[in-house]
Amino acid sequence: MTQPRTDTLEQALAQNRFEWWDSLQELGRELKRDKPGLIGVILITSLVLMAVFAPYIAPHDPAAQDLTARLAPPVWYDKGTWNHILGTDHLGRDVLSRTIHGARVSLWVGAAVVLCAGGFGVVMGLMAGYLGGRTDAFIMRWIDTQVAFPGLLLALIILAVIGPSLTTVVVVLSLNGWMVYGRMTRSAVLSIRQSPYVEAAEVVGCRWPRILFRHILPNLTSPLLTLAILEFARIVLAEAALSFLGLGIQPPATSWGLDVAMGKNYMFMAWWLVTIPGCAIAVTVLAINLVASWLRLISDPQEREKQYARHMAGVMRKKLHAVLEKEKTPEAP
Amino acid sequence: MTASPNIPLLEARDLVVNFYTRGGVVQASRGVSFQVDYGQTLGIVGESGSGKSVAVQAVMGLIFTPGHIEGGDILFKGRSLLDPAGRKFVRQVRGKEIAMIFQDPMTSLNPVFTIGTQITEVLRHHMGMTKDQARHRAMELLDMVDINAPEKRLKQYPHEMSGGMRQRVMIAMALACEPQLIIADEPTTALDVTIQAQILELLADLQQRLNVSVILITHDLGVVAQLCHRVAVMYAGRIVEVGDADQVFASPVHPYTKGLIRATPRLDVVTERMVSIDGVPPDLISPPKGCAFFPRCDQAKKACSRMQALIELGDDRHVSCWCAAKENGR
Amino acid sequence: MGRFIYRRLVHGLIVILGVTVIVFVVTRMVGDPVQVMLPLESTPEQRAAFEQKLGLDRPIHIQFVEFMGNLVRLDFGESLWQKRPAMDIVFEKLPMTILLTAVGIGFACVMAIPLGIIAALRPGGWVDRVTVFGSLLGLSVPQFWLGLLFIVVFAVQFKILPTSGTGTPSHILLPALTMGLPTLARLVMLVRSSMIDELNRQYVKTSFAKGLPFLRVVGLHALRNAGLPIMTLVGWEVIRSLAGYSVVVETVFAWPGIGLTAIQAIEREDLILIQAIVFTAAVCVVLINIAMDFLYKLIDPRLKLT
Repeated sequence: MTQPRTDTLEQALAQNRFEWWDSLQELGRELKRDKPGLIGVILITSLVLMAVFAPYIAPHDPAAQDLTARLAPPVWYDKGTWNHILGTDHLGRDVLSRTIHGARVSLWVGAAVVLCAGGFGVVMGLMAGYLGGRTDAFIMRWIDTQVAFPGLLLALIILAVIGPSLTTVVVVLSLNGWMVYGRMTRSAVLSIRQSPYVEAAEVVGCRWPRILFRHILPNLTSPLLTLAILEFARIVLAEAALSFLGLGIQPPATSWGLDVAMGKNYMFMAWWLVTIPGCAIAVTVLAINLVASWLRLISDPQEREKQYARHMAGVMRKKLHAVLEKEKTPEAP
Repeated sequence: MTASPNIPLLEARDLVVNFYTRGGVVQASRGVSFQVDYGQTLGIVGESGSGKSVAVQAVMGLIFTPGHIEGGDILFKGRSLLDPAGRKFVRQVRGKEIAMIFQDPMTSLNPVFTIGTQITEVLRHHMGMTKDQARHRAMELLDMVDINAPEKRLKQYPHEMSGGMRQRVMIAMALACEPQLIIADEPTTALDVTIQAQILELLADLQQRLNVSVILITHDLGVVAQLCHRVAVMYAGRIVEVGDADQVFASPVHPYTKGLIRATPRLDVVTERMVSIDGVPPDLISPPKGCAFFPRCDQAKKACSRMQALIELGDDRHVSCWCAAKENGR
Repeated sequence: MGRFIYRRLVHGLIVILGVTVIVFVVTRMVGDPVQVMLPLESTPEQRAAFEQKLGLDRPIHIQFVEFMGNLVRLDFGESLWQKRPAMDIVFEKLPMTILLTAVGIGFACVMAIPLGIIAALRPGGWVDRVTVFGSLLGLSVPQFWLGLLFIVVFAVQFKILPTSGTGTPSHILLPALTMGLPTLARLVMLVRSSMIDELNRQYVKTSFAKGLPFLRVVGLHALRNAGLPIMTLVGWEVIRSLAGYSVVVETVFAWPGIGLTAIQAIEREDLILIQAIVFTAAVCVVLINIAMDFLYKLIDPRLKLT
């Protein structure tokens, strides 16, 4: 009697595995349909690869100074060389290598802050939403209070006092940014908790870990993912701003924001020092935003329908326009 | 009935409306024709998705993206409402000579404006009244629909009123410019049964007193029987039977109409099981050729699946069924 | 109503208190102002004298009580850097930031609302697509870089605008533009999506059925309903700017507002001035939040002030 059950269990497990693969394939198909999202994903993947393999890809050591080749212009200028494709900065350091290595910092800070702030925020939100009562009131009041703090100023002060570095930047940005996760998680938990099937589960006698993991968390993943990605973009910009102000990543480490700050002094004679790191930031954040838009689109069927309707409206209007135009001009004999 | 001119007040001819969705093109209205005379009440019945709302929305110019009126015409007092050159005429007519009442009064009223503002703006726009004149008239209208303390009500917001009262406000708004035609799209569906009865009584009373024509859309046959002179039965985007209400209910011809009437629970006959019509309405993205009711019909013949029929059974009685031809020996 | 004001004020006080305490703790316990202010070769006696002058030799809780006492009188003491009352400096610089914020965000609103409405009305049209793409771009560009780009293009290349400082209306143009563009991007997306949502609602259909003119239905009925999230965003942007996010723009353009002053104070470890600025920023945030709540009620009568 146990034999058939094992078979079906194995079959069931095998089927589950296929479901994963199927949903991945479905995702791939969705991606192909949405060009901006596809561009975003490709860009992000390239950036991540670039960051991971930076030491192998970058032609030079980003900290290597060569005062004989200071402020060399990019290769398409007369004075440019292929040795330094994107030119050098005021200390002779290769801009291309610095830009490639800068990706490491930005992506690392982004990921670290999202994990820390997100982790803490989600846990807080879960506690507030699920436990309710005084825990909820306390946490919400804490969030409301902290949200009203002048965040950037406090961040600057704390960084100045404890000394800016990669770690401290991550800590400060996390302290500043967990509240949004907390609020979102709490409201999601509250709305799911009130749904009949969770009530039923509680009545039947499910213990809270099971309810949490089986019922509540799966519904959270989609909006949480979109939020995390948007926050990631915001953190990349925030880190760049902090480094620009001198209270973020410190030399000799490289960061795009830092490079812009340093290039600012030579802005009028060596525009590439400011433009290239800035472009890198913009491209990265743009790619992240494209992916976030795409995710929002596929996770909400109403949004997709709306987008389709708008597309069709544009098409129909163009068609109508063409027909009316044709009616105005007389037919050629 | 009062003496009426030869042309009907409102006439729809072969109205075709499509909705473009990701899943395909939904043919919501596939050649709908009906007419309403002066002082008459036409009831349009059908299940959800039969296209009854779409047809009247086309009359009021409420077909927005992704919907599009593909063909046919709508004539009000003989003039086309769909003609792009006649936009000025349409602007005059809409809201003034033809008014509409919607199904859910909570969402149909703007939540951030007082109902006084919402009623008076119609009066000030269409009739050119001053603020005071409009207020005065608004209070008259509220009185007409049996709302007490009109002065207080004018300053209230929709969320401060009950459902029945909100619907009365909608009716008052519709009556503001003394329209000749009122279109009521399921006016009682969102209300309690007791309130339903009140609203229907009010509508009947107003119709008699003011001699307005009414198009009443509903899925409730009882309401039609109570209020309407004529009835049109819609199925899958087409009108399958139309005629005098009493006649249609007494001797329905189309199998769908017969099915609907059979399915209506009665208080005077004791039955053990409820009767329903087997099957489901067709998918309007790829509607079948010929009669859409074919798969559910117990009198279906081969010809039904190939061609749509439109048989005239005498004065103002049309049926879209080959069986009618048989029954009349044509 | 009274209960509402009471609760909001209490909440505001807690916020201001919390912020000030944090800054107090951070600056006193972790930093060492004496070391900063006095030259390296000062003698222990000089240090002791300085400490006593600043009141830093007393136990921390006594310092705190004294601090709170002074706080109520808005007396933060003299700025270590500029040797004059800190609050005076703040009151000097704050209007500049307010001006910058007003012009920048005002510009963003004036552009975003019509653009968003047109984009919502003409779905799939070129305004719609340009708006969405432009916003995405505007959200992705770092503000400091944008400012520098503007300087390079307009002040250097075309030489039509000054690079920094204040004085003439042309001085505020680039900073306000830099400040306003990210806000414009966010706002236009919000206006567009809010209007799209509102235009799909039933009451809009009713308004059209009533025969009301198009402009009135869209510009009054729909826009008023969409106003709540729009106003929330505008308020949030204003708060952000006054809460210190103007730092970046002010640094790039050397605009003498409290953001730039804060950075300078931080560089010079002028704790007193830092405290004064943070306190002021917190107060601004609280006041604007309360003002926003009142405005909400004006726009949407369904809300009850609790």
